[in-house]
Amino acid sequence: MKNKFYFALLFSKIILTSYLLLLSLAGKAQTADELIRKVKAKMDKVNDYVATGKMKTDVVFIKAPIANIKSYFKKPNRFAIKRDGGVSLLPKGGVSVNVSSLLLTEDYTAIDAGKTTLGATPVRIVKLLPTSDNSDVVLTTMYIDEANLLIRKASTTTRENGTYDMEMQFGKYAAWGLPDKVVFSFNTKDYKLPKGITLEYDDGSKKAELPKNKKGRVEISYSSYIINKGITEAMLK
Amino acid sequence: MESVIKVSRLTKTFRELTAVNDLSFSVQKGDVYGFLGQNGAGKSTTIRMLLTLIQPSSGSIEVFGYDLKTHRKEILRNTGAVIERPDLYKYLTAYETLQLFAKMSAVKLNKQQFMDQLELVGLAHRAESKVRTFSQGMKQRLGIAVALVHNPELIILDEPTNGLDPQGIADMRNLILMLREKMKKTVLVSSHLLSEVEQIANRMIIIDKGKKLVEGTVTELFHPDDTVVYIETSDQVLCEQVIRNSSYAAKLMSVDVNGIELKLKKEEVPALTKWLVQQNISILGVHARHSLEDYFLKITTANQHVEPFKN
Amino acid sequence: MWSLLKIELFKVFKRPRTYIAFIAVWAIVSLIQLAIYVDGPKYMDFVLKDIKDNFDVIGNPLNGYFVCFVILQTLLIHVPLLVALVSADMIAGEANMGTLRLLISKPVSRTKLLVSKFLASAIYAVILLIWIAILGLFLSMIIFGTDGLINAKSYEIIILNGNDIFWRYLCAFGFAALALVTVSSLGFFFSIFAENSLGPIVATMSVIIVFTILTTLDIPLFQSVKDYFFTSHMIGWKGFFEMKVDADGMAIPGTIRNLPAVLRSAGILLLHVFIFTGSAIFIFNRKDVLS
Repeated sequence: MKNKFYFALLFSKIILTSYLLLLSLAGKAQTADELIRKVKAKMDKVNDYVATGKMKTDVVFIKAPIANIKSYFKKPNRFAIKRDGGVSLLPKGGVSVNVSSLLLTEDYTAIDAGKTTLGATPVRIVKLLPTSDNSDVVLTTMYIDEANLLIRKASTTTRENGTYDMEMQFGKYAAWGLPDKVVFSFNTKDYKLPKGITLEYDDGSKKAELPKNKKGRVEISYSSYIINKGITEAMLK
Repeated sequence: MESVIKVSRLTKTFRELTAVNDLSFSVQKGDVYGFLGQNGAGKSTTIRMLLTLIQPSSGSIEVFGYDLKTHRKEILRNTGAVIERPDLYKYLTAYETLQLFAKMSAVKLNKQQFMDQLELVGLAHRAESKVRTFSQGMKQRLGIAVALVHNPELIILDEPTNGLDPQGIADMRNLILMLREKMKKTVLVSSHLLSEVEQIANRMIIIDKGKKLVEGTVTELFHPDDTVVYIETSDQVLCEQVIRNSSYAAKLMSVDVNGIELKLKKEEVPALTKWLVQQNISILGVHARHSLEDYFLKITTANQHVEPFKN
Repeated sequence: MWSLLKIELFKVFKRPRTYIAFIAVWAIVSLIQLAIYVDGPKYMDFVLKDIKDNFDVIGNPLNGYFVCFVILQTLLIHVPLLVALVSADMIAGEANMGTLRLLISKPVSRTKLLVSKFLASAIYAVILLIWIAILGLFLSMIIFGTDGLINAKSYEIIILNGNDIFWRYLCAFGFAALALVTVSSLGFFFSIFAENSLGPIVATMSVIIVFTILTTLDIPLFQSVKDYFFTSHMIGWKGFFEMKVDADGMAIPGTIRNLPAVLRSAGILLLHVFIFTGSAIFIFNRKDVLS
């Protein structure tokens, strides 16, 4: 019923490691490093949480209803999403990524890439480049709200799987660095099951056109967080 | 006399084949009516028309005074039939079989009554045995029990002795006689054996190629005046000459290389042989048979498809 | 009529052949359950092979509902054979046994006799389906538990909530019952022409197999006429496992994507039942029984 959900994913690792690396490389990208450290410190206040929310999956070949979910987090990097009475398909790594996981990475170089605005919010752009040549991740770009020390958006480009975007909106739980809404967008591969496997019933419904490299979106809106009340191992399984 | 079955100008054509051709006959109440004919003479087709299995091409059938077309149900409710080999349901017991067909005729019987029916055909001791374990004779008798289960007035039996051993044939004969004598049923029984019909029927018909040849009471048709005597002698020519010159000449029917045929009363046969001996004719054999039998034999030989094998 | 039907049912359920189907269904269902129990994740990987690189599955996709879906999908192609085994034998078998002439010489109209025989074979098909439901659905629910259902189609994946599935199965089984009754009526139709049940059984299966193959072949010619094949409509039960989507593209639980299409398919099947059975009765009423 429950399913654990480790974000093996690339860019989640990326960020923290590069941050750690940045600490040792003090002086080179002082401001970017400084900023990330502050963001991290803010997030460190959260030891664990249980969040309740709704998840919408918008992938052209997936027809799923809005799902009621619960997310579980425990420091440093334990994370799970569960839903009752249902099954969901989640993009690997993507949705499982909670904000603090964005900062759990290694071997990266952080580069200050200027400022911009996201909506009405002014943000600093920080680019994280992997130092390893084998990494699938080519580049992670973070848009950080300096005033509130919140990551508003993170965008990761990979060699194999295109670009992942994660956008966050903050509200009631902004003080903890926890978003009210996370939108994860990603590239989808074509999906096709050999026809012979299942005799297909043709009810005359239009088949969805599948454009190449169509973006998929998964949107989670959290309605409440229970923070630092402790969670059990079982919840994370 | 009340007619139970009245068939008028009945004809059935299957594509080119006319199986029954303008056939008329009637069966009276209380008759055991012998329906005699060679295989393929049209007996089964006629019987199937009586039971509404086959639709006549033309002609009419009345049973119990009603038209079969318009009163099918009423007629069949009062008719029981065994058509050729009744193979029945192999996976049912004798008792279940009887029960099932009673229900189909909308008849309610209690256990004792069912057992009585089985007793009647000598199967009470096998009531709980599956039909698959029955011999052909037992199946045939169970078939009769099925035909009788709803106590019909008319019973139609199509070749009931086919495929039976001598004991089975004797059993069947006794059953039919009992139906007539004890139960006062009207029975129509078809057969291709004259001897069989002669033993059980009081009236009979002979059909061939779908047409009626003769119809009448068995006593009439088997009248002892109509005996055919077939004489084999060592000197055909002399014998024929002697007969032609005597009072027997009028009774001479045919002469061929093998023998001489005469038609006379049965009691005249001893006198004839005695007289021939006195005329110095050396007799090799004398065969007397009833003219009907002779007639039936002739139909049979006329229909033979393969020449008799002669050594 | 009722008593005739009882007689026919009595005959159907008295014969050993009838139970072959029940045993066969039990065997197939058990095998599928065992296979999924032992090797389920691999099967799931296969179904989701195109997306498993990019997606994780949360929840328990290998639950009783999924198992039942696989069972229905597999069985509903083969169960027609089992149904034909009985329905195609209804008349031909009696002709072969020599009991048909006995039945027809009973004071019962041929129409009533045929209707009750057809109903008996239809009831048999429905009981067989109930048996499939007991083993395939309820037993699977007990063994594998319940959760959401992943319905993987050739071009999309439909995910149903766990609490939105059971009623769909009830509808699906109802539809499948109609599909089997259609097969039953086809077998029954062929049955009146033969004096041996093998011919009608083979004929029924041939029709179903040929139509199914034509439907499956991705040849435009066949695709355009497949709406006329009743076999295309036999899988209409799958229509109950699809949902309408709202303006945002979100599936709406408790809805059926194209209920009119499913009902139309059901109507077409029902029409076939009437045509097959009606023709059988019409022809048989005029037929000389020579068996």
